[in-house]
Order: sequence, then structure tokens, then C-alpha cells
Amino acid sequence: MAAIAIAITQLKDMFAVVMLAGIYGLVSAGFFVLMDAVDVAFTEASVGAGISTLLMLTTVAMTGRTDNEARHKPLLALFVVIVTGSLLLYGTFDMPYFGSADAPAHQHVGPRYIFDSMQEIGVPNMVTSVLASYRGFDTFGEVTVIFTAGIGVLALLSVVRRPEDNAAIEALNDSMHEQHLILRVVIKTLIPFILLYAFYVQFHGDYGPGGGFQAGVIFAAGIILYAMLFGLSAARRVITQPFVQLLSALGVLVYGSVGLVSMLNGGSFLDYSVLAADPIAGQHLGILLIELGVGLTVASVMIIIFYSFAGRGQLQQAKQGESL
Amino acid sequence: MSMILGLYNYWIVIVLMMIGFYIIIAHGHLIKKIVGLNIFQTSVFIFYISVGKMEGGTAPIWQEGIILYSNPLPHVLILTAIVVGIATTSLGLALTLRIKEAYGTVNEDEIQAMDNQVMANQDKEHQ
Repeated sequence: MAAIAIAITQLKDMFAVVMLAGIYGLVSAGFFVLMDAVDVAFTEASVGAGISTLLMLTTVAMTGRTDNEARHKPLLALFVVIVTGSLLLYGTFDMPYFGSADAPAHQHVGPRYIFDSMQEIGVPNMVTSVLASYRGFDTFGEVTVIFTAGIGVLALLSVVRRPEDNAAIEALNDSMHEQHLILRVVIKTLIPFILLYAFYVQFHGDYGPGGGFQAGVIFAAGIILYAMLFGLSAARRVITQPFVQLLSALGVLVYGSVGLVSMLNGGSFLDYSVLAADPIAGQHLGILLIELGVGLTVASVMIIIFYSFAGRGQLQQAKQGESL
Repeated sequence: MSMILGLYNYWIVIVLMMIGFYIIIAHGHLIKKIVGLNIFQTSVFIFYISVGKMEGGTAPIWQEGIILYSNPLPHVLILTAIVVGIATTSLGLALTLRIKEAYGTVNEDEIQAMDNQVMANQDKEHQ
């Protein structure tokens, strides 16, 4: 991993940098599996190696491929980095050894989550029960952050189309349709399975690795693949932009409403035990609903982000085509 | 020897973090800076996950007959952090695109030079 990271510092071709960053994401996902963090590995593989590489490629396509500047003051930077690094190294001598069971991190709430969550929540995947129930507030905050980032990208990149641009973009899309025949046939058969897999990950999150975050990213990846190969306008006809925007807000709303309903039933905010007569059944229902909210928001925000980036790129290409 | 084996995970984290830090301060290309930030971020993820690992433990999914699991709490924190990370990364990339449209470049030095030029012109007008 360090070798890949060093290669990134040295390369000047931005395309190679982005591809290496994708490989780096995949390698770190493998590392997370070794560290028993299967849920995290799942997320990192779909985000780090999938969506982020894609978005960076789109940006590089629009900003130019080479990095032709000389670095400013590399020696000074190296000095700062080495000093900080050695201070941090000095700090590690007080840290508990790797994998030791008496480390402070394993002392406080960890055992409670591990030993009691089966009785209290009734969900085998402890990561899901901590994520959705014990630390539901955190997750609510994070979903809101993702939603806000989606709004930010929309504000920065949304384009008001002029009719003459539309014609140019249509022409561009038609020219793209003639290429990549094999890819398009393969993807067309793959997409239903990708979407089905996303739903499996969504609803099986209680019992195995998975959940709303991963499912949302996988679902979005399926839609994005479609948009890449069949043209953005085709994808926008199937899933319109206002619809996705509505869905992203709806996800946050579902999450918040579950919290409110549990308050109305006499519990505290996001306390699912009061949602049904049996606390365990209530927990199941609550987790299912908020994972659905998370999945909705994540998937639709990812789609919004891709639409904005790709729409911007098409507008640029269309303008270049006119000026030629 | 046991110290090296016991602490090497932190050292890997520090090496990765410093490489990311170096990219952020030494490179002027804005997209490269974002890649550097991502490497920095991943090093923090690795730190958390390796702290949560327990020797002989298994993945935290409840199964009959297993009592030793790795700590699920860091996994939860990092799982959400990754998705938030991609959302913020895309926000950064969107800003980069707008900068490219406004200045015609994504190189920090050139942008600074242009800003200085504008400032100097404004000062002249005031005098």
C-alpha cells in the first residue's frame, strides 16, 4: 500500500494517479477483511475502488490530464513531514500492542455491544445493531451530512440548459451509441443482477455484512453504469433528476420520522423498543426502516452527484463542439 | 522484537498518513491534493480498524459457540466515515471543476498569481 501511495506522489499523469488511487482503495478493502471488519471492507470496495475512481476520472476528463508544474519547496515539505512523522512514531511507544485483549478500546462499551446486543436487539450482525440502534443519533447525523453534500454539489454544478445546447448534447449521445457494442450488451444483462444484489445487501444487513450504506452505493453504481454506456439523457428519462432529489430528501425524512414515532409512543428519540408490542420486534422494525432511509438517501445522493458531474462535462463538450 | 511486532500497525498508519500529508503540502495540482487527502483519510481508517482487532477474534457477526469477536464499534464509525468521505470528496471535486471554469487552471500557484494580479490592479485604481 505504501508503494502505491509513493507512486502516486511521483506520477505526473493524472489518469494513472486516479487508477492507482482506485487500486489503493481495493487493497485497503482486502486489508479490512484481514482485520475482521467485513462491513467496512464491503463499503471501501464499493466506494474507494468504484464510485470515487469514477468521479475523479470524470473530473480529470474535464480538467486536463497532465500535472506539469514543478513542486513548490519539496525539501521544506519533506522536512515538515519527517518531523511530524517522528513525533507520531514517538507517540506510538505508549500504545497497547496490536491485537491485545486488554487494550483500552476493548474495555468500555465494546463488551456490552458484543455480549448483550443479541438479547437487546436480536440482530446477529453487531455492526448493524450498533450502527442503527445504539448509535442511531450518529448515523442520523451522517446521513444528514451526505444529504448536505449532495445539495452542495447540486448548487455548484447544476446547469440551466439552453435549448440549443440540448440539441448538441443529443447529437453527442447519438454518436456515443454507436460505440462499445459488446460492453453495452454485457452491462445490459448485468444491471438487473447488480440492482438485485443491492436489495439483497440492503435487507440482509441484519444477518450478514451489509446495510443501507453499502446497498445505496451498489444501487447507485448500477444506475451510473447504465448512464455511462447508454448516455446521460437515456438514464435521465428512466430516473429523472427531480425524482432522485425527492428520494434523497425522503430518506432523511423516513429516518427522522422513525425517531419521532418512537417519541410519540412514549420512548426517547430513535428508541425502537416501543415501536411494537415486543421490544425485539420493535428493534427489528426500526432498524429495517432506518436502513431503508439510509439506503434511499445514499443511493440518490450518489446518483445526483454523478448526474451533476456528467451533465457539466457534456455541456463543456457540446460548447467545444460548437466552437470548432 | 516483540515491540516491532506489537506496534508495526501504527507505523504503517504513520507512513501512509505522512505520504498523504506530503502530497497535500508539496503538490499544487488540486485533484492530486484531493487524492492525498484520501490517502490521509484511509490511514485514519486503518488506525481505527487495527485498534478494534482482537487477537484470535472473528468478525462481529453473532454465531453459536463463538465468544471472541473483534470490537464492532470502530467498524461502525469507519463504515459511515467512508461514505461521508466520498460525499465530501465529490464536493471537493465539484469545487475544483468550478475553479477550472473560472480560472482555466487547477494549479494552485497559477491561481494565486492571477489573484495577486487582480488585487494589484484594484490597488492601482484606488490610487
